Amino acid sequence: MSGLQVMSSGMLSLIQDLGRYGVAHHGLSTGGPADLHAHCWANQLLDNPSNASVLEITMGNVSFLALDDILMSLTGADTNPQVDGEPIATWRSFLLRKGQTLKLGYAKTGFRSYLAVAGGIDAPKVFGSSATVVRNQLGGLGVQSGRAIQKGDILPVCKTYTNDGKPFNWVPRLFIPKYSDEVSLSVIESYQSHSFSRQAKQTFYANPYQISDKSDRMGIRLQGNPVQMDLSGVISEGIAYGSIQFPSNGQPIILLNDRQTLGGYPKIGCVSRMSLMKLAQARPGSLIHFYRGDIERETEAYCEFMNFFSL
Amino acid sequence: MKVEVCRVSETSLIIYFGHSIDLELIERIAAFSQMVQERYQDKIYEVIPSYTTLLIEYYPLKVDVQELTQRCQREADKIANSDILSSKQKTVTFPVYYHPEVAPDLQNLASEKQLSVEQVIQLHSQREYTVCAIGFAPGFAFLGTVDAQIATPRHAEPRLKVAKGSVGIADQQTAIYPQETPGGWKIIGNCPVELFNINSEPMMPFDVGDKVRFEPISREKFLDLGGVV
Repeated sequence: MSGLQVMSSGMLSLIQDLGRYGVAHHGLSTGGPADLHAHCWANQLLDNPSNASVLEITMGNVSFLALDDILMSLTGADTNPQVDGEPIATWRSFLLRKGQTLKLGYAKTGFRSYLAVAGGIDAPKVFGSSATVVRNQLGGLGVQSGRAIQKGDILPVCKTYTNDGKPFNWVPRLFIPKYSDEVSLSVIESYQSHSFSRQAKQTFYANPYQISDKSDRMGIRLQGNPVQMDLSGVISEGIAYGSIQFPSNGQPIILLNDRQTLGGYPKIGCVSRMSLMKLAQARPGSLIHFYRGDIERETEAYCEFMNFFSL
Repeated sequence: MKVEVCRVSETSLIIYFGHSIDLELIERIAAFSQMVQERYQDKIYEVIPSYTTLLIEYYPLKVDVQELTQRCQREADKIANSDILSSKQKTVTFPVYYHPEVAPDLQNLASEKQLSVEQVIQLHSQREYTVCAIGFAPGFAFLGTVDAQIATPRHAEPRLKVAKGSVGIADQQTAIYPQETPGGWKIIGNCPVELFNINSEPMMPFDVGDKVRFEPISREKFLDLGGVV
């Protein structure tokens, strides 16, 4: 079996596929890529199915040694990637020859990179998914590991490379996002939104919030003008992807892929799917603005996205 | 009973069956949850029941959301107001070793409530509980409701470590911790039975709506069953 040896693993590098579905009623989190857009392009560039396992690298600063010739692609954050010291372009497929080293520097713009290999990383599946959810101790290189990738790990690659004469693929410039430290997110109002006063909503929509460094894949914690509420809690209910909840300090938390399945804080609604992909590339310290989105329009945009990547 | 079906995102609906905790409601939600799972198998990917609600996550490309909403409204109304409840619920009995050596809060709870330790054990183990929701951690079941005489708030500061198998009380709820985790519930015993095992089928011995009983056991039996002191 061919593989990619991890020489340095960076801050947090996790194996992810589209996630673990149909298990939330057991208390398990979905997992999956925080930035679905960059994940899908990484696979698309190699003609992989969207569910193929890739490596989600947070903040860059990783390096790998190819144990065989491996066709791969890199999307997401701009990390100044180099092969044996020579800069390479991202958002395209490339060949890493046996013995060559791929090195990603610290992310200059964006937060998460997606490294895919042709055929996908050969990681075991549990409940149909290899997605790493650290807090559930599931996924990754071992079935019940849930562990981030470490130095010395070998990422097994399903498919050995054969030169079939096909040219490399690249993502059209139009589809490559410009990541920024200031992001506007569309909010679909729902859940307890009717219990937030006009003034509370005014505070929420008119002021920027800063991403706290206590954020993780479970939730993005924000700091800014507190949103005053009369409601202190609700009876615990299922939490949808992107839910925006308010603990009693009035500081919003946006719940992501590794979120808990049930929760009892009041929620104003959900960040739209398309906006969540942008949020995944905003690093701690970035400024977030919220605006009121329209559920029909957001659904249409997400369906178009799903159709494009055959999700 | 008035049921409300609301869209919460591009891919999810929440159904509010009521606005206060009521064990009968939980059985109705469990019945509805089973029905939805069977009927829409390939169109929905998560069904998450809780005390008064059911969250449904669906594939927007496979579902006409207006139609799904209307159908859920109709079916939920029917189940909310029918006399026939889920017939699939079962009763599971768990052995529990109630002793201070595995239960750091047992003695305190007894003295706080001016009861003997034996009385606390009796009050906790003589009831039948309903699985109201599963969440927080894999296999963690919220069981309702405990006798008011032993209902007690969580610790103000959660413990960093609660042992696997710990049986705790938080307000009117009780639960068994399936894994070691941080937690704030008051611990009154330990159950040596594995509650969440991804290699067994089913992975968990219960579903929402099922009934749970606790059976006090001796130290000897606890150790026999694999308990750790």
